[in-house]
Amino acid sequence: MGTLLEVKDLRTEFHTQDGVVHAVNGVSFHLDEGETLGLVGESGCGKSVSMLSVMRLIPMPPGKIASGQVMFQGRDLVKVDDEEIRSVRGNKIAMVFQDPMTSLNPVLTINTQISEALELHLGMTKEQARKRAIELLKMVGIPEAEGRIDDYPHQFSGGMRQRVMIAMALSCSPQLLIADEPTTALDVTIQAQIIDIVKRLKRELGMAIIWITHDLGVIAGLADRINVMYAGFVIESASNKELFGNPLHPYTLGLLGSIPRLDAALKSKLTPIEGLPPDLIEMPKGCPFYDRCRYRTEKCANENPALELGAVRHWVACWHWQDVRKLRKQ
Amino acid sequence: MADPKPEQSLVQVKGLKKYFPITQGIILQRKVADVKAVDGLDFEIRRGETLGLVGESGCGKSTTGRAILQLYRPTAGDVFFKGKDLCKLQGEELRKMRRHMQMIFQDPYASLNPRMTVGDIIGEPLEVHNISKGKEKKERVQELLQIVGLNPYFVNRYPHEFSGGQRQRIGVARSLAVNPDFIVCDEPISALDVSIQAQIINLLEELQQKFHLTYLFIAHDLSVVRHISDRIAVMYLGKIVELTDRNALYKTPLHPYTKALLSAVPIPDPVVEEKRERIILVGDVPSPVRPPSGCHFHTRCPIVMDICKKDDPAFRDVGADHWVACHAV
Repeated sequence: MGTLLEVKDLRTEFHTQDGVVHAVNGVSFHLDEGETLGLVGESGCGKSVSMLSVMRLIPMPPGKIASGQVMFQGRDLVKVDDEEIRSVRGNKIAMVFQDPMTSLNPVLTINTQISEALELHLGMTKEQARKRAIELLKMVGIPEAEGRIDDYPHQFSGGMRQRVMIAMALSCSPQLLIADEPTTALDVTIQAQIIDIVKRLKRELGMAIIWITHDLGVIAGLADRINVMYAGFVIESASNKELFGNPLHPYTLGLLGSIPRLDAALKSKLTPIEGLPPDLIEMPKGCPFYDRCRYRTEKCANENPALELGAVRHWVACWHWQDVRKLRKQ
Repeated sequence: MADPKPEQSLVQVKGLKKYFPITQGIILQRKVADVKAVDGLDFEIRRGETLGLVGESGCGKSTTGRAILQLYRPTAGDVFFKGKDLCKLQGEELRKMRRHMQMIFQDPYASLNPRMTVGDIIGEPLEVHNISKGKEKKERVQELLQIVGLNPYFVNRYPHEFSGGQRQRIGVARSLAVNPDFIVCDEPISALDVSIQAQIINLLEELQQKFHLTYLFIAHDLSVVRHISDRIAVMYLGKIVELTDRNALYKTPLHPYTKALLSAVPIPDPVVEEKRERIILVGDVPSPVRPPSGCHFHTRCPIVMDICKKDDPAFRDVGADHWVACHAV
């Protein structure tokens, strides 16, 4: 399989009154065709901003893509003009957002909203677009699609709205679907429905997916590969099984230790990660995780580690990953 | 888990109902229907335990918590707390009881007044209940800040100067100020980041041991509820469908809704996830304005029978303190 997307040294910053917020600090990764990549991290770690940068959906100003390349089908999306990025957005790369309540236009019918992309990108007539929109709604499991196509968003429940969002994203058969916490606002039973639909559609349509989430449980059941982000850096990158089976970064290890597992024996206490993430305006000179890390040394305070190979196809940005592995095994 | 003895129970809820009216018309408002948020609950909360209350959004779990504390006056039913029926108390008598029961709210951004200092926020209940004033109050506030793991030096700061996790600690300190016996924790961690959630859970557990607190812990995250609770009640559309010890609930769930809910929780382990079989429920939760006839769950139940559409199953003890409301059990 060929490479679909390659991001190199992407930096995004926001110029605010309080100073420059360094949201994404040199992120590099690639994505193969048909692959599912998980992007995991807490709020403010840059996972959404890095993907919005790929789509060039960052409000500029105050935002700015300071440097980097986003190679997609031989083009650098950072450099192409507005018209060209519009032909990619919603067509070759589509996005599903977190909040299905606010990302649909409340005054337009579902038909109008799905048809828009079909008429714009694929040059369909109104009738063709309507027919296709009904097919799409059926595909994401909306019952009585013909009857509901002229409804407004408020007439749908949260789970149904997220299905509409997915139908809309898939309307032009994109090669890449970026899903930004699509199930966070939903209940668990509805979340299970949505994940089930996305898995089925991926099998049928063969698109690549980047799934952004803070929920390690959701990503464990979905992704081929996972990037863990912290303070605008990718700090660990490995295949799904490798990451959960052999975590090397103290932050990844900390995340796994701080959530109770439904299937594990009951522990008397959770082991939280103490402290708070760093201020993105005054970024620390050394490792961004320094303040909260149990394995820190003087070197970590002064030098920020780059990603290095810790195991087969497993990259980690930590000076002490070898110690972490040894201590974990004990 | 000890045997349920009456003297052990701190809160008894009997036939609790809370309906919110839907009105029509501008000047002459006519009631046209009810949102049956809580539709007949019977359970008890035992002294020193944590009772977890789980369910999906709109199932009435938060309304239950608020109705117990009389923040909403229940439509019907009784809530006995320390031998008194809270639903029958009014005014000053009820206000005095509030000293013994407190609440921690979900949203640490909305539940702290942005124009009050931390010292004023935590000190307010002390003044309202005539517990302490002046220097004594100030000392108590500093002590409380220390108890919840914040620097006592923060008393003169405002809520916006704190992160979400720190704000939730302030909310916890405020609820502890009056030395309550019983605290309703209404989704206290769902607005927080994963690495911060564990900090607050550990804090709540430490405080429970230290001050012999009883919690009603409302949440939608089953893994967290299992971790913190002694017993767990599962709610669906205004009713409790299953209530039992946490181990029994996870090992031998009896109600089909509990089973589906448990199977829907993702587990952070790809090897386990590959082998798991999910019970995927069809459709959405029906509207609480017109709940389905008979068993409220029958429209989504994978093992629905004819009787379920007609008769509402009784909530009964099927042995070993395991309560369930289902015809198929």
